[in-house]
Amino acid sequence: MPSPYVPIVLSILVAVGFAVATLLLTRLIHPRKYNQVKLEPYECGIEATSDARDRYSIRYYLVAMLFLIFDVETVFMFPWAVVFDQLLLFGLIEMFVFIGILVVGYYYAWQKGALEWV
Amino acid sequence: MVDAVVIPLLKIVIVLVATLTAVSYMVLLERKVIAWTQARLGPMRVGPHGILQPIADALKLMIKEDITPARADRWVFTLAPILAMVPALIVYAVIPFGPAVEVFGRPVTLYITDINVGLLYVVSVTSVGVYGIILAGYASNSKYPMLASLRASAQLISYEVAVTLTLVSVVLVAGTLSLVGIVEAQREAHVWYLFAQPVAFALIVIGGLAETNRAPFDMPEAEQELTGGFHTEYSGMRFALFFLAEYANMIVVSSVATTLFLGGYLRPFPNVAAFGVLDIVPSWMWFLLKSFAFLYFFIWIRATLPRYRYDQLMRLGWKVLIPIAIANLVVTAIVRVLLVARVGADG
Repeated sequence: MPSPYVPIVLSILVAVGFAVATLLLTRLIHPRKYNQVKLEPYECGIEATSDARDRYSIRYYLVAMLFLIFDVETVFMFPWAVVFDQLLLFGLIEMFVFIGILVVGYYYAWQKGALEWV
Repeated sequence: MVDAVVIPLLKIVIVLVATLTAVSYMVLLERKVIAWTQARLGPMRVGPHGILQPIADALKLMIKEDITPARADRWVFTLAPILAMVPALIVYAVIPFGPAVEVFGRPVTLYITDINVGLLYVVSVTSVGVYGIILAGYASNSKYPMLASLRASAQLISYEVAVTLTLVSVVLVAGTLSLVGIVEAQREAHVWYLFAQPVAFALIVIGGLAETNRAPFDMPEAEQELTGGFHTEYSGMRFALFFLAEYANMIVVSSVATTLFLGGYLRPFPNVAAFGVLDIVPSWMWFLLKSFAFLYFFIWIRATLPRYRYDQLMRLGWKVLIPIAIANLVVTAIVRVLLVARVGADG
């Protein structure tokens, strides 16, 4: 019985191969008539004055941090859910403590206004 | 060697070709359905009723000039569409299109592989797609793509929390992460999880729309404010890869939702012998029909609903969907304990 992960490696290879091959093939056939104006970044016809990598809203950082916390917590729940039928009441109480802490944190973030998007 | 490499490889290529065909015809279907909704005809010029439009589109994208803006980060600019495309394609490796069947007297499974962490694989691989979007905006070094990619990634990760939490409650009911296992669990439970987990289904539908950047959550591509979204600076084949990835992701979401909630490849009433006549339609056809219904629903929503405002979208994700997902998980766990305890007492 071959490992079930072999097909996954194969499909990664095929998918990467497909993407790279189409890019390389179309490189051979597409026209190249570049000029300076065509290569400018698009800004509705106005000449770009500054670099686009400017400062941006702190909200995005906040969302990223909240996401990290919640997503990591969720990953911990997957194994619990798989073996839940064997743990039953024990698993239920254990996970309620875990979810309880998560909900407290969530409530805190809500009260602090971290979930507001103004 | 044949079983380990050649047959999977054949299946992968078949699925890849089928996906690409489905993607290009999804675009035509979408244009047609939206046109009919608005009492227009849609594409009519290329072939009868525009049936050859996808081929024309593909050819056009291939021979278009491919521009790398002067200020862009050249390598990352090329890497981004590949990073968006690859995850959308490799998810199909674990989607069960059907059970094992006989092909030329040799048993063949109608899925590329069945791993015991299938659902986790789906969740993690689809998350990688976010990198393609972030890097596209960053590498373009242009203001609209930068803003759009920030918005898109914030939206994707916000809804991912709700979707992943919802998936946990499905796993709780099925007791396995294998997608084949989840379909078979629905056969044994005599019920589609759509009926066992209706709240989860609703959350997955809303989350799925948001994760694929579809209307009413197509914020990252809000043309009026952000021109073309994060791929404003892209053209030619690199743009086409983003486009393919977006539609391939739609098909992924419908296939996963079909597998988890609509009984996957099972026919309706799989345990009722009286409906045995339905077995005339092969299992993979049931899967395709259900997924297609789901895709049609996506288009229908786009033709019907207006776009959310960005703050509304974030509020819906963080303040509505996540609490509902947690509540659904807790209720599911309690009900599960009561059910199993009762079965134990009877036995």
